[in-house]
Amino acid sequence: MPIHDQGYRRYGGDKTRGGTGWIVITRAGIRTFFAKRAFLGLLLVSWFPFFVRAVQIYAATNLPQAAFLAPTPETFRQFLDQQQIFVFFVTVYVGAGLIANDRRANALQIYLSKPLTRAEYVFGKLAILMAFLALVTWLPAIVLLIVQISFAGNFTFFKNNIFLFPAITVFSFVQVTMVATAMLALSSLSKSSRYVGILYAAVIFFTQAIYGVLYAVTRSTSLSWISFSANLSQIGDVIFRQPLKYDTPWPVSLMMIAGLIVISGVILERRVRGVEVVA
Amino acid sequence: MTEGDPVVTLENVSVAYGKHLALRDVTSSFSSGAVGLLGPNGAGKSTMIKALLGFIVPERGRMRVLGVDVAESPLEIRARVGYMPESDAHIPGMNAVSFVAYCGELAGLPGVDAMQRAHEVLFYVGLGEARYRNVETYSTGMKQRIKLAQALVHDPDLLFLDEPTNGMDPKGRDEMLELVRDLAHNKGVNLILSSHLLPDVEYTCDQVVVMDKGAVAAAGPIAALKQPRGRVYELRVKTPTGGIEAFLQRLRAAGLDCHATDEDVMRVFVPGEGGARELFALASAERVQVRHLRPSVPTLEDVFAHAVGEE
Repeated sequence: MPIHDQGYRRYGGDKTRGGTGWIVITRAGIRTFFAKRAFLGLLLVSWFPFFVRAVQIYAATNLPQAAFLAPTPETFRQFLDQQQIFVFFVTVYVGAGLIANDRRANALQIYLSKPLTRAEYVFGKLAILMAFLALVTWLPAIVLLIVQISFAGNFTFFKNNIFLFPAITVFSFVQVTMVATAMLALSSLSKSSRYVGILYAAVIFFTQAIYGVLYAVTRSTSLSWISFSANLSQIGDVIFRQPLKYDTPWPVSLMMIAGLIVISGVILERRVRGVEVVA
Repeated sequence: MTEGDPVVTLENVSVAYGKHLALRDVTSSFSSGAVGLLGPNGAGKSTMIKALLGFIVPERGRMRVLGVDVAESPLEIRARVGYMPESDAHIPGMNAVSFVAYCGELAGLPGVDAMQRAHEVLFYVGLGEARYRNVETYSTGMKQRIKLAQALVHDPDLLFLDEPTNGMDPKGRDEMLELVRDLAHNKGVNLILSSHLLPDVEYTCDQVVVMDKGAVAAAGPIAALKQPRGRVYELRVKTPTGGIEAFLQRLRAAGLDCHATDEDVMRVFVPGEGGARELFALASAERVQVRHLRPSVPTLEDVFAHAVGEE
């Protein structure tokens, strides 16, 4: 073969079968964000409450004077509540451009010309955001539980609150799934990640503001189902066996969350296509 | 699928965007090798490619690519084809080699192989020196090349190239056409090249499917389509009266297709084997002097114009 002919040759190796494309997307997405210093800084800051709680647990288990700081199931519930601000920032930073940037660069037709279904594409993108959100919710909460066991030197707290591990897992999953699908759906609506970020913030704060106004007028928390944050909080309290903050029945809150996920799925189904058809 | 079978077949395929019919009951086949998909803008070329990739579901009809039914196994097809879209397309935030390797992995190549082939393919398309640059900083010509690279990285059996020379300068265009020609003729890659540029298709392809208004207007080997069932002559004459209308009418009465292109110049199509001798006979009978007679070689442009009904 002449040297000038060596530039292109047929491929003789094996190709993997379909169904694994989403892993490629997720892996590449995670790698991309880990290469950004600003994002690493955000992740580091999001773990600051964890260190504060770890010190609290250390003090409670080792210093009799600080026994009043001893962790309870509510501690973990509060910790996950505190993490919501980081959930917001990570969602906006990571999620806003996940599909919007692909739409801006016409990348969807590249993706979908490969042996990849639309569901795999969406799942791959979803997994990027869910992985990072789990990194600021589920992971620190679970590590905090392990820290408690380590500092206490026994399993007493863990055994007495055996529901904590599944509670942390289920609540984190519900929170992460709701937030990630909603953000991904918004991301598919625009070609501008900045606009998507603003839209997401607007949806969160607007629903909360409307509920605030209605509460001020009616003095009743039964309309809390309007606010997505309140719905999440209501479900969190049920999962962690805490007294409910709002009068809205928790199944209603759960239905609102499920509804949001379904609507997001429908939007994604309509928006993620290899060709934009304007009929 | 056996050798010699068409790589793509369409049977009564209709595609509509709302009320607008983009493909009208198209029945056609594309043989192996390089086939040009020719037609003016809006003829339905890109729609056909997108339907073949499964991006658009036809209203009716059946399509097969590499022997596989598009409706039944679109993923199997996409694993074996490469697609170079018409519009600018890339994965944002990646340099060229990462982008092409990523596309390779999406197409099912193992990571190491994808990276190795990404380097090879980028050198092949002429982006070897720029492969670590972010794709977003590329010029239009470079973006065309990288689109070809991502379509090639997984070594497809069939390439869909949608307007591959769009926006390229003359030198870049020539190089791109050379690459396409090399792929088809030396590397054994089947390809369908969609273009509205006749010279591009004529240079790179052996066969052509001409589309117009969502339907196939002509199809076949370019050489055969260019073969006239008669000959075309360019003719300059001097008539006793000064006008050529009477002579034109005489030619038409004799069954020749002709039209004036200038005051004393005309193009005449002489069917059958008669050729120039018949023209001279008619001129002599009309006492017309033939000052210039040149056989005109039909081009793909003639085929195209004839197929879409242009003069």
